[in-house]
Amino acid sequence: MRPFTYERATDVSQAVRAAAETTGARFLAGGTNLLDLMKLEIEQPQHLVDVSRLPLAQIEEDGASLRIGAMATNSQVASDRRVRERYPMLTQAIVSGASGQLRNKATTGGNLLQRTRCPYFYDTTKPCNKRRPGEGCAALEGVSRETAILGASASCIAVHPSDMAVAMVALGAEVETLTPTGAARRFPLMELHRLPGDTPHLETHMIPGELITAVVLPPPPPGGQIYRKARDRASYATAHASVAIAGGQVALGGVAHKPWRAATAEAALAAGVSPTEAMTAELEDAAVRDESAFKVPLVARLFAAAVRESSGAAA
Amino acid sequence: MRTTITVNGEARSLDLDPRTTLLDALREHLKLTGAKKGCDHGQCGACTVLVNGVRINSCLSLAVAHDGDEVVSIEGLGTPERLHAMQQAFLTYDAYQCGYCTPGQICSAVGMLGEVQAGAPSHATEDVRGDVVLTGDEIRERMSGNICRCSAYPQIVAAIAAVAGAEG
Amino acid sequence: MSSVRDWAAPNPVTTNRSGLIGKGVDRYEGPLKVTGTAPYAYEVQPPSPPAYGIMVGATIATGRIGAVDSAAAEAAPGVLAVWTHLNAPAQSPRGTKAHPRSVAASRPALESDRVSYWGQPVALVVADTLENAVAAAALVRLTYAAETPDVDFAARLADAGQPPGEQDVEIGNFDAGFEASPVKLDETWSTPIQNHCQMEPCASLAWWEGDRCIAHTSIQMVKPSQHGLAETLGIDRDAVRLLTRYVGGGFGGKGQTYDDLTLAALASRALGRPVKVAFSRQQMMHGTIHRPATVQRVRLGAEKDGRLNAFSIMTWTHCQQDGTFTEHASNFARALYAAPNRLTGHRLVKLDLPGAGPMRAPGEASGTLSLECAMDELAEQLGLDPVELRIRNEPPVDPENGRPFSQRQLVRCLKEGAQLFGWDRRLPKPAQVRDGRWLVGLGMAVAIRGNFLLPAKCSFSVDGDGVITVRQGMTDIGTGTYTVLAQIAAETLGVPLGVVRVEIGDSELPPAPGSGGQFGAASAGSAALAAGMNLRKAIAELATGDPGSPLYGDDPELVTFQDGVVAIENKSETLTALVRRAAPAGLTVEGDSRPAADMREWSTQTYGSHFCEVGVDPVTGEVRVRRMLGVFAAGRILNEKTARSQLTGGMIWGIGSALTEGNPVDPRYGSLINQDLAQYLVPVQADIGELDAIMLDEVDDKANPMGIKGVGELGNSGAGAAVANAIYNACGVRVRDYPIAPDKLLAGLIARGM
Repeated sequence: MRPFTYERATDVSQAVRAAAETTGARFLAGGTNLLDLMKLEIEQPQHLVDVSRLPLAQIEEDGASLRIGAMATNSQVASDRRVRERYPMLTQAIVSGASGQLRNKATTGGNLLQRTRCPYFYDTTKPCNKRRPGEGCAALEGVSRETAILGASASCIAVHPSDMAVAMVALGAEVETLTPTGAARRFPLMELHRLPGDTPHLETHMIPGELITAVVLPPPPPGGQIYRKARDRASYATAHASVAIAGGQVALGGVAHKPWRAATAEAALAAGVSPTEAMTAELEDAAVRDESAFKVPLVARLFAAAVRESSGAAA
Repeated sequence: MRTTITVNGEARSLDLDPRTTLLDALREHLKLTGAKKGCDHGQCGACTVLVNGVRINSCLSLAVAHDGDEVVSIEGLGTPERLHAMQQAFLTYDAYQCGYCTPGQICSAVGMLGEVQAGAPSHATEDVRGDVVLTGDEIRERMSGNICRCSAYPQIVAAIAAVAGAEG
Repeated sequence: MSSVRDWAAPNPVTTNRSGLIGKGVDRYEGPLKVTGTAPYAYEVQPPSPPAYGIMVGATIATGRIGAVDSAAAEAAPGVLAVWTHLNAPAQSPRGTKAHPRSVAASRPALESDRVSYWGQPVALVVADTLENAVAAAALVRLTYAAETPDVDFAARLADAGQPPGEQDVEIGNFDAGFEASPVKLDETWSTPIQNHCQMEPCASLAWWEGDRCIAHTSIQMVKPSQHGLAETLGIDRDAVRLLTRYVGGGFGGKGQTYDDLTLAALASRALGRPVKVAFSRQQMMHGTIHRPATVQRVRLGAEKDGRLNAFSIMTWTHCQQDGTFTEHASNFARALYAAPNRLTGHRLVKLDLPGAGPMRAPGEASGTLSLECAMDELAEQLGLDPVELRIRNEPPVDPENGRPFSQRQLVRCLKEGAQLFGWDRRLPKPAQVRDGRWLVGLGMAVAIRGNFLLPAKCSFSVDGDGVITVRQGMTDIGTGTYTVLAQIAAETLGVPLGVVRVEIGDSELPPAPGSGGQFGAASAGSAALAAGMNLRKAIAELATGDPGSPLYGDDPELVTFQDGVVAIENKSETLTALVRRAAPAGLTVEGDSRPAADMREWSTQTYGSHFCEVGVDPVTGEVRVRRMLGVFAAGRILNEKTARSQLTGGMIWGIGSALTEGNPVDPRYGSLINQDLAQYLVPVQADIGELDAIMLDEVDDKANPMGIKGVGELGNSGAGAAVANAIYNACGVRVRDYPIAPDKLLAGLIARGM
């Protein structure tokens, strides 16, 4: 790791101020992704503001919504009684990702902001527009199944690796942040992440120094919920693809640079089209490489199976 | 940076480079080499220790961020003369071979049983809205963050089940 | 020279009076391992604080290093040394064997500007702390004159030639036999590059005591490492003391040393302080050897009753440009099935890839993935049960050399396995059984692995406290060496296990071949038995020659050893009292063992059967192993518990080979894609359902004086094929390109209209 300085933030406004005032500052929460990347020098912060002990780990009712503090760990969220009862699909998604140890450390905010596991992003000897803008993308002609089929660009075909975020997008979650000037913002989680375009190094619409403080889950939509994930190993592996269904709301994981809200499929499904056809419509513009081509039928099949299962669960 | 961590019940004050991970603080500074470096990236679980009673990967944690925390490493669970029940079960069931992942497996197993006791669901839990029952599949899923390349997996499940059965 | 016939005479191990041999006693070193107090190489506390060395890997696969800019690294905090080929200390030229009896030659590190594989160590940075060393290593800037790497195995198959010194083996006339066969199968399988992924990355710690280098490293074989380091450093072999007390997994990948050892020794000499150097997990993938990819063409020609008339496996594989290692995936088949017309052989192509080398069950692990699936396909063509097809092709003697089998219980393994597993519940037609979202299928395969005995020595001591100390330059890589040596010692000398001490993993100790090829327990154990017999003799002579002993004057041949007591009929005394009185300084003897001259008159293998039940999710192509059983026959078992662990571990390796493991090459760069344990997927706990191994009673008195054989590789042989066959039975899709990952299986499911 490159040398850096470290401070532990004691309150939220001090944290964002400290980050804004220090060159090359980054927030450190659970650290499970940031330290991973710092060890490879993919991330090179000069200063870390440790926000892990900020009082942002509460999970609390907000009217009919549930507010999850950004520092609540993945384990804490997955185990929360209210989450399990009202948003069981979110629990399913969280516990299908990473490992018990990682979920004990990883935070809600950090999970949303984790970076791709594209092997070419991780191998710093290969060109990657995400690591060094303008350098090129080794994955485009590379050897990897785990690439995006939706919303990718000629600059980047990486996928967002989160399971939790896919579930939250399907649930219509909103994100609360604090900007460096101390202003609170609230916006749909769907609008947090960007597609790569020609600036794949910019992964979110947050401004530098902005801190996620909470995720707000609106009341669950009527209907069944389910999270289904396909992967190589039975556990401790990222998704080839995943499907999150909450009533009529659908999101996909493992297929794009961000958790993919499947609006086309949702509309088709609402219009009475079969799940397979609905997802086929969603995937009409899918752009595949030889190795990722399997994701198109995989998503359609996974979705159809999940719809069957969730309607069974709702009934 | 001056950092004080309670390790295995003893307050240890260290002057640390901020880059030092909790794992390297244990291994290189405190000479507690029970926690292992298998991947250094949270992908194998060999570095698992308990922090404030919760299992984590000590390789993905800065030591300075643990100022004031209570850390229990494998050395704090038991000694060759006074084995912890989980250590004894690993011995009895031959739940290890080369031994390198073993301290992480054991710390993870102890932490995991605590999580089960607290009712935390897992990917193997049939209905996450319901109560958790510790089946073989639950143990297997919950211990999947600890890779054993010697592949003592069936023996590890047997050892943990024996301890869980004795406790429960 | 001894004869196999000498081994038939009873000895304390075969007599097993106290029943300790075979007993599943807990591991000798277990209390240290489960408490984290067994120090692996990097964890040994040196006499003074160590400096930390970090290696820098090449970022091209082939070419030359151009400019070296180490200024930033040298100026970085805490840096003590930055070395490249330009300023590395002098070492003996590659291949030097100054001592004619060295078992390994010089392998200099940072040798020249030549890069021959991606990730090759090209610089070393040493600093006062680990953090400073890691950071400074990232500041070393090298430029390269890269050449286009020749790494595309699939594209180079046609250029593969005979491995040096090898010829195809043909018995009868394969082509004619195959053509004449009424039932034929001709299919090709491929297996990918695999990595050992030992949990402990390779690591070394060295310091110097005067002109003597003390080196702790993680290695499977002591002597080659000691000799190789001495030859590299250009010093006397006795000037290197090499220790490897605990080894965090080997699997063949630590059968040789790497630059961590050389560089730790050089740097500690140059800096005058201990230095430790470890590979990172990422560096392990390229920097140490791998199991090379193979393409295997299997042809089977059978009569309608299933008897093979012709069979052939031809294997194509690869190794590095300056190597000769060949993945002998065809060899195991030579002793397996009867068939009058047989053709086996290998083709090797050299590529600009890292070193190819042995990985658990080299040969069998890859080869059974083709032949044992081919047999499954043939059984289906014939309408025969796959178990029955194997039994019909069981040879009475070794089918290639006509030698009698020393022991062969393969059919019993098949029959007992089938019965215990419930094989009769298998429906021959695939895709007939559903359980919830899963299609369920059963598959089986045969396990076979050769058996070896290598020369070894061992010393036994007894002291005035009655403590027996076993000393041997052997290793325990998780195999159970410590434990079985203690059991052999206790049984041989009639003492409780608790008074036996075992010291291994040290070049000062009597040499043993180390751990590999499942020859460890047999080779090291036979020498231990010999040393134990010599110590019995010395103790018997001590007792019968000591006027203070009740045994005085009696025939030393008549002395018995039991429960810590030496006795002749009703005259006895404790071993402790005898030694304390008559030999207060203790007794030390050596023993050795070597292969018998006539061993090769028998065909000696270990055998087994695998039975597997998988679930296939027809929606996603995901596979889960629900149940697996192995039944094995491998001679006398020294420790039921540790042997079973070896076998079940091997079986799980087969599951990994079948389902998840593989490392593709990016031909543009000559590098491997999967560079850590998040990308290279070894099985995790959740991948393994109910899984067990059973060992049949067996004594193979043609194998060694104890009648034991190895088990470390056997469990892996055939296991993956059983999984693959179960997948077919579950869903009707054959994938012949391993691993059988969801993307490949899904394509087959869709093609079947599922």
